[in-house]
Amino acid sequence: MLTWTLIKIACQTLLANPLRTFLAMLGIIIGVGAVISMLALGSGAKAQVMGRVTAMGTNLLVVRPGNDNRGGVRSQANQSLKLADADSILHNLPQVEAVSPLVMGRAQVKYLNQNINTTITGAPLTYLSLRDFEVSKGQSFSALEDEHVARLALLGANAAEQLFPDQNPVGETIRVKNVNFKVVGVLKAKGDQGWFNPDDMVVIPLATAMKQILGQEYLSEIDVKMAAGANAKAVEQQIGALLRSNHRLRPELEDDFHVRNQSDLVEMASSFTRTFSLLLGGIASISLIVGGIGIMNIMLVTVTERTREIGIRKAIGAREWDILRQFLLESIVISGLGGVLGIALGVTAAWLIGRFSDFTLLIEGQSIVLALAVSASVGIFFGYYPARRAALLNPIEALRYE
Amino acid sequence: MIQTKNLRKTYRFGETEVRALDNVSLRIDPGEMVAITGASGSGKSTLMHILGCLDTPDTGEYLLEGRNVAALSRDELAQVRNRRIGFVFQSFNLLPRVSALENVELPLLYAGRHDARQAASQALTTVGLGDRLGHDPSQLSGGQRQRVAIARAMVGEPAIILADEPTGNLDSRTSLEIMALFTQLNAGGHTIILVTHDAQVAAICRRQIQFLDGRVVAAC
Repeated sequence: MLTWTLIKIACQTLLANPLRTFLAMLGIIIGVGAVISMLALGSGAKAQVMGRVTAMGTNLLVVRPGNDNRGGVRSQANQSLKLADADSILHNLPQVEAVSPLVMGRAQVKYLNQNINTTITGAPLTYLSLRDFEVSKGQSFSALEDEHVARLALLGANAAEQLFPDQNPVGETIRVKNVNFKVVGVLKAKGDQGWFNPDDMVVIPLATAMKQILGQEYLSEIDVKMAAGANAKAVEQQIGALLRSNHRLRPELEDDFHVRNQSDLVEMASSFTRTFSLLLGGIASISLIVGGIGIMNIMLVTVTERTREIGIRKAIGAREWDILRQFLLESIVISGLGGVLGIALGVTAAWLIGRFSDFTLLIEGQSIVLALAVSASVGIFFGYYPARRAALLNPIEALRYE
Repeated sequence: MIQTKNLRKTYRFGETEVRALDNVSLRIDPGEMVAITGASGSGKSTLMHILGCLDTPDTGEYLLEGRNVAALSRDELAQVRNRRIGFVFQSFNLLPRVSALENVELPLLYAGRHDARQAASQALTTVGLGDRLGHDPSQLSGGQRQRVAIARAMVGEPAIILADEPTGNLDSRTSLEIMALFTQLNAGGHTIILVTHDAQVAAICRRQIQFLDGRVVAAC
């Protein structure tokens, strides 16, 4: 028999008892809705993290002291990176467009009676453009101030908010480790990056930080901006070779630095969010299984109720496959339609959650396709046993059934 | 041609055994119109169900058009019910909430025929229901329902039409109309076998086989 005719028959049968059909569908509707909204939550978290990783600047390599090939605790006191390394990377490697050597440390920052302990970043002028920072109030340092030991500061958005709750900080004087600094500007907020929140920090000129505040000769980090189209892996290797020769490392010694690129960070972030999505999706899919059991239950009742109909169909020549197909299609229509309604529910729920909470939700096309495929499979899986029971009925016993 | 050899079928109801068929051997040739008569419980319906490939005998052989039915698979049996045999029941056995036309279409759809609608409406016209195509069985009288059932049995042009008490639920006037329809079908070349305990109905058939307690007691 034509599949189309069978689908029509299935729909007519299901419409003959709309409440029962709806209740059978409800489990799938809720299950698919839960899967869609949970996956949207997972994708939203992923998009947010990725967005922040990208906000750290693209085409960026980060060189840090210490070897990172082994797991475990790294020595924080590694002093291998020097200002000279940053200069040699910039001057010797043609694919490198800019470098930004950084020193970082924590310090007490005061303004009048406000007092915070936060990250002090000593940075050259290039830092802001490398890391895509924008100045929202006031201005940045000038090249001249960068060279000299100027006592000027740029505040991260949160730091500004904490030190100057209802006041424009530009032009005011703050004290960092009891040294006076003039606030020249405030940075635009970038959002928490998970392991580090750039909005909390106070940026001061590199030379000032090294000589007067943190008192260190070595660097905490060198940010390297590659030219557009540069091969990150190749540049990474070139930096490695250059620093090994700068540091006069013999071949048998391990690197005393490590280079991270954006894709490493993206990989880290996505493996975290993948786990998160799997967990949410896994919990939600339990409700899909429960929905499937509901369908199976209804289909078993339907087959028993329609034993006589099955007998009639067999008496006029329906093969087992014809009967199997008919009942399987009914359960697929229930679960498929449930899937569609569940998608509508999930999309609505995701929209509402996104609107009335801080979570970001992102519905991906593939999760909709997945939900549809899963709900149809649920229909086939849980509909098969009842349909097979119908198909294997003995025709004369089915006809005698009252 | 239908031929049975020593058919036996026994039903068990708890302790008691009922021998529904006891050594039934028959031969019915193409084009015959046969009435099987006998008291209720004499095994007529069991024989019809076996002849219609709905049921199987415990022992004995059933040859349908020369083929041993016991050797056929379940799907082959379905195909025989679909193409070779039309079955008419006492209680009509139409699908409820489905129009007369769709009921008659059904065997053709299972046969995979694309002209099902047209053939079904023609069959309904032949049985005199050309103006009732869209009616539900619940909107039709008993006689009309049985006409729909006959149209469903003959729509696939099977060689054999089996009718189990086709007039059992009908008044005598309607019974005669239904019998006229069977006579007409027989004249058109169909082999007709019908079970009845109505002597008036049986008299219309040229050949009568009488059953008693699962045995053939009189055949002419």
